[in-house]
Amino acid sequence: MSTVPQDNKYSSEHEWVSPAADGVVTIGITDFAQSELGDVVYVDLPEVGSTFAAGDAIGAVESVKAASDVYTPVSGEIVEVNEELGNEPGTVNKDAFGSGWICKIRLSAPDELDGLMDAAAYSDFCK
Amino acid sequence: MSSLKLKKNKVGDSRSLTRGRKTGRIGAVNEEEIKSTPLCEKHKELGAKMTPFAGWLMPVQYTGILEEHHSVRNACGVFDISHMGQFHVHGEGATEWLNGMFTNNLHKLTDGVGQYSMMLNERGGVIDDLIVYRLAAEDYFIVVNASMIDEDFAWLGAHKPAGVVLENLSADYVGLAVQGPKCEEVFAGMCPGKSLPERNGIRKIEVDGDELILCRTGYTGENGFEMFCPAAQGVKWFEKVMASGAKPCGLGARDSLRLEMCYSLNGSDLSPEKTPLEAGLSWCCDLSKDFIGVETLRNQKENGRPTALVAIEYTGKGAPPRHGYAVQLPDGTPLGELCSGVLSPTLGKGIAMAYVPIQHGKVGTEVQVMVRGKAVPAQIVKKPFLKK
Repeated sequence: MSTVPQDNKYSSEHEWVSPAADGVVTIGITDFAQSELGDVVYVDLPEVGSTFAAGDAIGAVESVKAASDVYTPVSGEIVEVNEELGNEPGTVNKDAFGSGWICKIRLSAPDELDGLMDAAAYSDFCK
Repeated sequence: MSSLKLKKNKVGDSRSLTRGRKTGRIGAVNEEEIKSTPLCEKHKELGAKMTPFAGWLMPVQYTGILEEHHSVRNACGVFDISHMGQFHVHGEGATEWLNGMFTNNLHKLTDGVGQYSMMLNERGGVIDDLIVYRLAAEDYFIVVNASMIDEDFAWLGAHKPAGVVLENLSADYVGLAVQGPKCEEVFAGMCPGKSLPERNGIRKIEVDGDELILCRTGYTGENGFEMFCPAAQGVKWFEKVMASGAKPCGLGARDSLRLEMCYSLNGSDLSPEKTPLEAGLSWCCDLSKDFIGVETLRNQKENGRPTALVAIEYTGKGAPPRHGYAVQLPDGTPLGELCSGVLSPTLGKGIAMAYVPIQHGKVGTEVQVMVRGKAVPAQIVKKPFLKK
């Protein structure tokens, strides 16, 4: 398992949330999650402009054998999705914390970030 | 034929896997109730992800399902099939008795040859699909699905006449399915100077003091063989097969490989409520002889089948088809549910099988697969998906 990026926040459902920039965060699934899932063959992305509450399923990541919901750890509006995953879903396996990102959300309740795990806590959580 | 009961074991079921990921362990169950094959520790050593399947803890993948799938299509892979069952039936009257228990005709077999067959209930529904090999006159070796060993043995035992011996040898063997275009090179590497039986054949050979039972069959659509060796020597033979060039492959690849060929999986595509004619397996049912369940089959042949197991291929983009997803006509008329489904690694599109009402089962029929509320366009196509 690769290093867990220090600056991100993490959920118990194995999503990562980047630090906010102008009120927008990037969300993806962690390297641990992609490793548990195996080869990702399809990613169901949310629609840009839709709004979600923290804990909502915003899409799904599917491997050959398993479909797994992706939950947003924060509330807000989807401002961008990673369209590249439509052509190259395996990017989630190759670079879960980078080019395998799922979507960007404009935070409606920035305080929610404080309730998430930091890198050290998440690393312990995965043990 | 095999025993991939992916649904029962919560693999391929999106809800349970969601739960699995939330708890951080996909497919985690109480391992105390689960049996493991003699190769279990070796699988773990090789880095396999283990999953409960048909009551057994089995490798679902080692390095990745896609890579394992392609290695069987292009080179050679090896699967642990030790969970599958082996029965030995022999004695005066064995042929006549088994011919009344199974759908295919044993009189077509000569010594050293096997056939795919089905065992039905009184209503003509499928109890199990199996391969029966004739070792010699009145002497048969039968390979059955892992999940059905006890039920099959009880059913056979309840119908067995005196004088015929029925033995369950399932615990005696480690089974390895060696599959792929390079399987003959792998065999030559591990058993120099020996030869494989012809297609559907069975042969016992002795190598390194071990008796190996070689069966020229498989569940992948590739050239291949299945071998059964003494359980205590299983790890040694598994290592020999790998050292000779076969890549270890898990149940995930086994399922995608068999589905590309439209090979039925008991528990998913076959059920006690469906006949082999509905499953499209009339080719292994000889209706001119008597066997348990034949009346229903003759009736269906005469008056028609209510449903047919059809092959469904995506014509548009969409999330992979999976067991349990609804299938409907474009106007919304429900047709049924998918029995099996996968994103075909070879074809790069969704493939699935479902029982649909016979009047809607024609090749070319446009249908929709419902995935999380979205309709994915698909079509009923000719079997198998992968034309070889």
